[in-house]
Amino acid sequence: MGASETSHPRTPTPSLPRDAGEGAASGEGMSANATTLRAALLSLLILAAFLGAWEFAARSGGGGSGEALDPEYAALLGQAAAAGGQTPFPMPSEIAVRLWELVRDPFYIRGPNDQGIGIQLAYSLARVGAGFLIAAAVAIPLGFLIGMSPLLSAALNPFIQVLRPVSPLAWMPLALYTIKDSSVSSIFVIFICSVWPMLLNTAFGVATVRKEWLNVARTLEAGRLKTALRVILPAAAPTILTGMRISIGIAWLVIVAAEMLVGGTGIGYWVWNQWNNLSLADIVIAILLIGLVGLLLDRLLGMAARAVAWAE
Amino acid sequence: MSNAYVSVEGIARRYPGATIFENLWFDVKRGEFVCLVGHSGCGKTTVLNILAGLEAPSDGVVIVDGQEIVGPSLDRAVIFQGHALMPWMSAEQNVAFALSCRHPSWGKTQLREAARAALEKVGLGHAAEKKPAQLSGGMKQRVGIARALAIAPKMLLMDEPFSALDALTRGALQEEVSRLVTEADQTAFMITHDVDEAILLADRILLMTNGPEARLAEVVVNTLPRPRDRASLHHMPGYHELRDHILDFLITRSRTLAGAPPAGWDPKLVPEVRPAQPQITPPPRAAA
Repeated sequence: MGASETSHPRTPTPSLPRDAGEGAASGEGMSANATTLRAALLSLLILAAFLGAWEFAARSGGGGSGEALDPEYAALLGQAAAAGGQTPFPMPSEIAVRLWELVRDPFYIRGPNDQGIGIQLAYSLARVGAGFLIAAAVAIPLGFLIGMSPLLSAALNPFIQVLRPVSPLAWMPLALYTIKDSSVSSIFVIFICSVWPMLLNTAFGVATVRKEWLNVARTLEAGRLKTALRVILPAAAPTILTGMRISIGIAWLVIVAAEMLVGGTGIGYWVWNQWNNLSLADIVIAILLIGLVGLLLDRLLGMAARAVAWAE
Repeated sequence: MSNAYVSVEGIARRYPGATIFENLWFDVKRGEFVCLVGHSGCGKTTVLNILAGLEAPSDGVVIVDGQEIVGPSLDRAVIFQGHALMPWMSAEQNVAFALSCRHPSWGKTQLREAARAALEKVGLGHAAEKKPAQLSGGMKQRVGIARALAIAPKMLLMDEPFSALDALTRGALQEEVSRLVTEADQTAFMITHDVDEAILLADRILLMTNGPEARLAEVVVNTLPRPRDRASLHHMPGYHELRDHILDFLITRSRTLAGAPPAGWDPKLVPEVRPAQPQITPPPRAAA
């Protein structure tokens, strides 16, 4: 299959070999549980050590360094500078307090520039969802055609190979110019970045369906549609799902950057807004939440992949 | 050739620069079991694929039931060498899929029941819910047989169906196929390497010379009486002559006869031999 020669569509999303949910523990049954428990304990220990060191470092070093500033310059810069020239890096305990504040009331709306963190995440998720679904609706049928037709595969391959490595953000100006709506433009950017892995994986999965299964369908005189839906689709489903899983990961990476660019709403915009406010605690919280939501999305697709998986 | 169900008329398979076989003529009569024996590379599988309609011959035609083959048909079911079951479907769903192609109007329950019945016939009623991955090699091939027979084909095509199985399972399945085919008076065409398998199942055994440019060298008529079973097959009078004849062919004559045919060779009149009937062998013409 030409379209897939420079990529590795079957490569699963990267994760540690003993990733918690995957449960690929291959050791003896008895010690597997003990290992999980010990790993969890070790994780907690590492986390505690990291947070402790951070707290300690911030408390002892980060505060006012006390060096004298020119009073006039200090007056010009205002409060923050007067305190010592630098915003102190937040301590984990401060971040925890702030996190509690944000999570306690995630869905408030006080004007366009002050909305709850839940609302911001929901905006981002809605954009990712919309872009991803449109991409799936385009990529899976098109991938089917490419996978079934060597001619189409060869004809479209150059376009795919050139467009695939383009950073989705490079499309943003064109999207803004043509669509003239920042929110729809970010959905378009999500679409363009998540379409390629799904397209290539679908084409690859369809092109590599076992010849003998197709021969079975032919000798049974199953029609084209029936063959596509009952033989090719289930055979290629695991590969397609792998592509979707890669896509959703990329989409979630890209939405933050896209929203930083276009502004308005969304978690990416929120991060940028908090940077302008110099609320570093909020940025740390955003990083944490973005990570958690990304994990959740990946797990959802992982569950879907398990549902369509088959073993020989 | 009036009562022939299948009539193969001068088919050939050529690739640029190589002829695998050409000018192949034979027929399969209704209710007859024909085995094709030969070494790898003589184009056996291609012959079967042409009969199935999966491949088109480079030359010649195959007439089935008075009509030229143009593509695959539900009337000619194939049992594949690898079981070729869909791994995402249970045994029952695999059979039901075939049935749904034969009977598009059937509802879900009707398909289920018919699939169950087909699996019961091959002794797999208990495994209907299992996925192929949970079945042993022999069970998978049984499902493949059930799938092929469920659609009540006019002809059964088998491409070394048991070659991937261990000897015990193979024996059991050979008897099973022998029973099912006899019960249904099924017309069948099978490719095999296994001489005993051919003797057990076939009415006629077609012997092909080595490729390239393979040809049908001889038709061995299996005169051993039915029913035959594996336990007593080798005690039947004539069995050893038959077996030795085929083995001799496979070991030496398939090689020495390969290449250009002898002068006056008529591909439409391949010599028939009856090694299991020693009383009438030399010369066969005298007995008639």
